[in-house]
Amino acid sequence: MLKISSSPHINSSVTTQSLMRDVLIALTPAMLVALMMFGINALRVILTSVAACVMFEYLITHYLLKAKNTTTDLSAVITGVLLGFNLPSSMPSWMIIVGAFVSIGIAKMAFGGLGKNIFNPALAGRVFLFISFPVQMTQWPKPDFLNFLNTDIVTSATTLGILKQIDVSSSASIKASQVSLTELPNYWQMLLGDTGGSLGEVSALALFIGLLYMLWRRVITWHIPFYYVATFFMLTAITWFNTDNVHFEPVTNLLSGGLLLGAFFMATDYVTSPMTRQGQIIFAVGCGILTYIIRFYSAYPEGVSFAILIMNAFVPLIDKFTPQRVYGRKRK
Amino acid sequence: MCNKKTFPLGGLHLNKQKISALSPIQDAGIPPLVYIPVKQHIGTPAQIIVAPGDKVKIGTLLAKANGALSANIHASVAGEVKKIEEIQGEKGYFEQVITIQTSADEYEAEIDTSPDINSNIPQDVEEIRQKITAAGLVGMGGAGFPTPIKTTIPENKSVQYLIINGIECEPYLTADGALMLEKPEQIVIGAKLLNKVLGIQNAIIAIDENKPQAIAKITQVTKRYVGVNVAVCKSKYPQGGEKQLITAITGREVPAGKLPIDAGCVVQNVATTYAVYEAVMKNKPLYERIVTVSGDPSLTTAGNYLTRIGTPAEYLLDKAHTNKSQIGKLLFGGPMMGVSAVSLQAPITKKTGGLVVIDTASSLRQDETCCIRCGKCAEVCPMGLMPFAIASNLRRNNTAPLKALHVADCIECGACSYICPAKVPLVDYCKLGKYEVNKQK
Repeated sequence: MLKISSSPHINSSVTTQSLMRDVLIALTPAMLVALMMFGINALRVILTSVAACVMFEYLITHYLLKAKNTTTDLSAVITGVLLGFNLPSSMPSWMIIVGAFVSIGIAKMAFGGLGKNIFNPALAGRVFLFISFPVQMTQWPKPDFLNFLNTDIVTSATTLGILKQIDVSSSASIKASQVSLTELPNYWQMLLGDTGGSLGEVSALALFIGLLYMLWRRVITWHIPFYYVATFFMLTAITWFNTDNVHFEPVTNLLSGGLLLGAFFMATDYVTSPMTRQGQIIFAVGCGILTYIIRFYSAYPEGVSFAILIMNAFVPLIDKFTPQRVYGRKRK
Repeated sequence: MCNKKTFPLGGLHLNKQKISALSPIQDAGIPPLVYIPVKQHIGTPAQIIVAPGDKVKIGTLLAKANGALSANIHASVAGEVKKIEEIQGEKGYFEQVITIQTSADEYEAEIDTSPDINSNIPQDVEEIRQKITAAGLVGMGGAGFPTPIKTTIPENKSVQYLIINGIECEPYLTADGALMLEKPEQIVIGAKLLNKVLGIQNAIIAIDENKPQAIAKITQVTKRYVGVNVAVCKSKYPQGGEKQLITAITGREVPAGKLPIDAGCVVQNVATTYAVYEAVMKNKPLYERIVTVSGDPSLTTAGNYLTRIGTPAEYLLDKAHTNKSQIGKLLFGGPMMGVSAVSLQAPITKKTGGLVVIDTASSLRQDETCCIRCGKCAEVCPMGLMPFAIASNLRRNNTAPLKALHVADCIECGACSYICPAKVPLVDYCKLGKYEVNKQK
């Protein structure tokens, strides 16, 4: 008996699972840097986060929805890694589990699971933790290169934290700003990850390697990362030229904080970004503008999470107004 | 070749699997029985003018064109008409066929069977057009659109471009490529004949960059013939789609819902162009064509066969030493747009460029998972459609927005279904969407 079906009769070998696997591979360099800089605590945070995310997704699909187990698509693993990447290494385990529940249980599964969620699950979890536990979420252990078992927590400030302080104090006293300025890490430290911050964001170089891998494997296209980073960079550069305020120094701002992690790995999340090229560009530019506004004109030193989450909310609207141009028809 | 042409919207790169690209054309021979369908074109079935018991020769008219979009059907073998019956064609529908029991080859008197190339182009346009009509020519690239209609330009329209389609962008298929390698001069003369009929000075033969030998051969011949040029196109799917090819070569777009002639273009497949040569210069009706047999190398020996119309697929598969018991799917055409046949007995028609066999395991569709909104379907769509939106609306039985999503413009190339990481059968939804939009009219 011959089998019949309608065409096409061949399929690409790329599956949801293989795409997710590629994202995980792309996250590996940043993960290795986290382990080298923050030691066993980084391992604890990431493992707790991944295990909790996968467990919540399994429990919800199996017991609550009585549906097919979807954890094999690896998307929950990515959410776990990204949530871990957005936390300081000193984060208490139970809080991580709470964050994982918000990520998977509320931001993802309550909306219908993979493909249906409006907000990036990892970011939703992170912001929940940030608002609920502001003290723990802003304690940044100092990187301690290759001292793997060191669990003594010496906290330091993040680059953006220092910059924010300078900005606030500079109007009062130029001297104070010069003192803090010496605490700023240099470009090399920011590239390699020798700076305080969330686990996954410290090394710009590791994130760039991950981006190149995803571009090479055609997991994502360059549009969202480029337009996001470029918009933000241009705005800071313009302000810097006009004000000469070191807070806006564009390269430091580009390499520090969650900008690259967010622009490469979270704004590019398929589910929560627009479908068409034009929409993706609008989305990315919006993320860049919001990050700029929140970083420099709000009480927070960092604005990537909020910027992406706010733009996530606009995705259905952007999708509605940015259809592709259809062949043989004029754009309306 | 630095100036490779392609279409700007969508498209993707496929593993070409052109196993038989350089295989010589072999004669498939004469099967004991041929089943010649009376409808191998888009219009009404041709009207049968023979009866069981009649003796026929190769080229004997069996059925006459019935209406404008119909075409003549000729005997592909010599022998005796056994039956007029209904058998299952490749799509599974029962179709009327003329069954002929074959005997040794014997040709109708006017057919020139000599191998000489005749480049003596007739001066009378009406004579050329009449021979094309008499020979029962239809588009051999798969559409089956009668050639005489394509070559008659409506009064208020004009043609600036004649494009000969030698792209063959489907994986496995090599029939057109083999024809270009072995009959380059005949194809070029065919193009000149079409120039003459259309009243234009220049034909462009478009060839895919992955056929360097064919490009070289045809380019060499075109040096001796004024008014035929070669354009090299990028190897991208669906480069051979009529609309995509027009845009690649001319930069024009065929307006939605219109025909190529509305963009001043006529596109003919190379096999059709060769058939034009044979019809006009050799008085030969369209009764045989090149068919590629290919597919999984463990199942069949890939090759290109000169095959009589009406030959059962099974006969050709046997010629190619195919392990029939392991076949999962038998495709008439390529794996992207081909039809999976219901029976090994389905006959080869004027439109059949290839038979592709797929093993049992690869014949099953993969499990569908949730759409992850990756947008790859919209990225590869050569028509600029948004298959994900078409599918999600249909899934919710929401047929109102389908028209605005221009589902009717879908060319069913399969790029979206192919690329989908969640294995959503997007083309199925587009086909369903077309049906729903038609219902709304």
